[in-house]
Amino acid sequence: MLILRLRAYVALIVLVVVFALLSPAFLTTGNLIILTKQVAINAILGIGMTFVILGGGIDLSVGSIVGLCGMVAGWLISEGLILPMFGVAVFLKVWIVMLLTALVGVGVGAVNGLIVTRCGVTPFIATLGTLYVARGAALLLSGGATFPNLVGHPSLRNTGFPALGAGGFVGLPYPIWVMIVLAAASAFVARMTPFGRQVYAIGGNEKAAALAGVRVPRVKLVTYLISGFCAAVVGLIITSQLVAAHPATGGTFELNAIAVVVLGGTSLTGGRGTIGGTIIGAFVIGVLFNGMVLLGVSEFWQTVIKGAVIVVAVIVDQLQQRMQQAALARSPS
Amino acid sequence: MPILRAERVTKRYPGTLALDGVDFNVYPGAVNVLIGENGAGKSTLMKILAGVERPTSGRLVLNGESVVLDSPRDALRRGIAIIYQELNLFPNLSVAENVFMARERTSRAGIVRHAEQEGVVRSLMARLEQDIHPGTLVEDLRIGQQQLVEIARALAQDVSVLIMDEPTSALSTAEAEVLLRLVGDLTAHGVAVIYISHKLDECLRIGDHFTVLRDGKLVAEAPAADVTLDWIVETMAGRSTASLFPRSEHEVGAPLLEVDDLSLPRAHGGGWLVDHVSFTLRAGEIVGIYGLMGAGRTELLECLFGMQPIASGKVRIAGRELRTEPIAERIRAGLAFVTEDRQKLGLVQSLSVAKNITLASLRSVRRGPVLSRPKEREKVAAMIQGLAIKVSRPEQDVSALSGGNQQKVVIARSLLTSPRVLMMDEPTRGIDIGAKSDVFRIMCDLAREGMAVLFVSSELKEVVAMADRALVMARGCITADLPRERITEAALAAAAVAPC
Repeated sequence: MLILRLRAYVALIVLVVVFALLSPAFLTTGNLIILTKQVAINAILGIGMTFVILGGGIDLSVGSIVGLCGMVAGWLISEGLILPMFGVAVFLKVWIVMLLTALVGVGVGAVNGLIVTRCGVTPFIATLGTLYVARGAALLLSGGATFPNLVGHPSLRNTGFPALGAGGFVGLPYPIWVMIVLAAASAFVARMTPFGRQVYAIGGNEKAAALAGVRVPRVKLVTYLISGFCAAVVGLIITSQLVAAHPATGGTFELNAIAVVVLGGTSLTGGRGTIGGTIIGAFVIGVLFNGMVLLGVSEFWQTVIKGAVIVVAVIVDQLQQRMQQAALARSPS
Repeated sequence: MPILRAERVTKRYPGTLALDGVDFNVYPGAVNVLIGENGAGKSTLMKILAGVERPTSGRLVLNGESVVLDSPRDALRRGIAIIYQELNLFPNLSVAENVFMARERTSRAGIVRHAEQEGVVRSLMARLEQDIHPGTLVEDLRIGQQQLVEIARALAQDVSVLIMDEPTSALSTAEAEVLLRLVGDLTAHGVAVIYISHKLDECLRIGDHFTVLRDGKLVAEAPAADVTLDWIVETMAGRSTASLFPRSEHEVGAPLLEVDDLSLPRAHGGGWLVDHVSFTLRAGEIVGIYGLMGAGRTELLECLFGMQPIASGKVRIAGRELRTEPIAERIRAGLAFVTEDRQKLGLVQSLSVAKNITLASLRSVRRGPVLSRPKEREKVAAMIQGLAIKVSRPEQDVSALSGGNQQKVVIARSLLTSPRVLMMDEPTRGIDIGAKSDVFRIMCDLAREGMAVLFVSSELKEVVAMADRALVMARGCITADLPRERITEAALAAAAVAPC
């Protein structure tokens, strides 16, 4: 296991060294911060996705949740919470907007989780459905238009929203802090709590887990809630960075999230994987993307290379495991 | 003159030496019995003979020629077929499709000739005396019937060497009889049968040549004439038969589990899987449930454990009535269930031994809301020691353990929940004599501590030796409730076919 984990680090280090040699701009503080900020998006989505995949599921709706939550935040800031029965719109403080937005993400996660656990629909189909529904809802909120200039207004006391994307703390932008906190908390939950252990058990053998008294529906539901929450956080970060909410934001993000999870060594069939692996996976993709931009590789080639790297990484992963087993077999016990 | 020889075969796996320079002779037209405790290397040797695994060193000689078997397909082409201990069927496909998997009968254009395949399967099923339609999906069959499909699969081709790994472990007595007759029929036609079974009486009955493995080494080889039960047991484990069923006296106390009018209707076609069953289980009592395959024994335990939502009737544990509680609540109320199918329902193969053991009692290894490694290590170590589970370390993958040790892991998980009533479904299925004896010893120890033990078994000898009281089931109802002094093999067998 140690060798396997190290292998991912080695790959990342090799990438960093190669790009550092090829481009003097790569290893500058400014670039590394930009890079990590970009990584944070995939990493946060990947954290939620890791829980779902570890539990034997998949969440295709995260990209749409990003879009929907961005639109909800934009709508609450620019138009306020409209209360038809009173005929007024209430403008909320930014932290309340963020809280409500997070609740929307968790809510979509709950819908996913309930469809999967109560109605017995396979996760792929259930979340494919919410992918469309949430995207449609995002478009309906504004009739397809963008909510621009989300700076709030002092008279409405709802200023400060762009800080999440643009501000920082001790030299690091907030999105990076959010990633660090979420990653640390998630790794802890996965490794050190009964819930985390039960997620691994369900992904490994759902029937055996149920017979051991694990409340399978409840645990699975929570994995989708976590995924929905992570997507909402990403929606807030992106909307804040752009200071505008666009309903198409987050399209295909779900595929990036799945890619970083798989790159991080998590098994798509569930039961095996780590949060740490997912973070590494997100950095591999991020470094690759950033380095290629610096080197002036065309956007089209970037896409081709990204796809190839994902597949090659998984192939190498499996080769490594096989070689490790063979080596163990050869060594005397 | 053996038809197939393994010469100085050695097989090394990560962390274990499964086979250590083993010589094995397979004679044509004879039943070649291979015995050994679990982990002795029998299954590994068979996998090598069947082309599934390649030896680390050593060679195979078939009909006097040295051969290298590349794959099971290659072995099959040379006339070596294997019936595995673990079922290797496709539950989503029909019986006929399973039998002809990867060797479909096709027309010139490559179209499967279903009618022809089903015809062959029909005659195979007639040979096995089974009323199974070739078009039935395998998932709709009982485990015993599935095992027979596996056997039919091997019979569907021309073989000169047929390896049978625990072929009767899931079969009823009647089904096993059919199989044993079939083995005689095959050897009469010159087929070399390699027979592996933990049922030693069966081996003694049909065996012609005996080979005993222990810890990956060949320890003895003898013709049937020189073999006795005592000889087998002693060579296998180095102990005498008397210690197999270690019964100790235990006090029977107050009623712990009261079952009243428990019923489970059949999903299709009416009738009952469990037919208005009532009984009481007392503290410190070991009750064996005997019956044939399909008698409703497993379903009865499933109802008690809350796995059958449409079941009706009353179940009380220590006076407290259980209603629609989920499994987690029933575990807390004091019920524990060790299922028949370790692989599918018992173990989480991707988790370590330790994590499998604590899975049902994560609450008890917490500090606050967080899992406590020291607490977990302590509980796991106590279980590993108490049940004598052989592991290199608790963090080891559970999939690397032998069947007997895997079973002990499942039992350990149940015991860690501090149950008052322990239900075990075929607890000795597919495990070796040493582990069997351990399981019985554990049962006695638990009963002495005041636990009520309910075990289902298809082995008459086990029920006779271990049960304080025996319930016999047939077609969903209890046909006999025998106190210890009246439990005999004859009484059990008679009640198993008695009308309700």
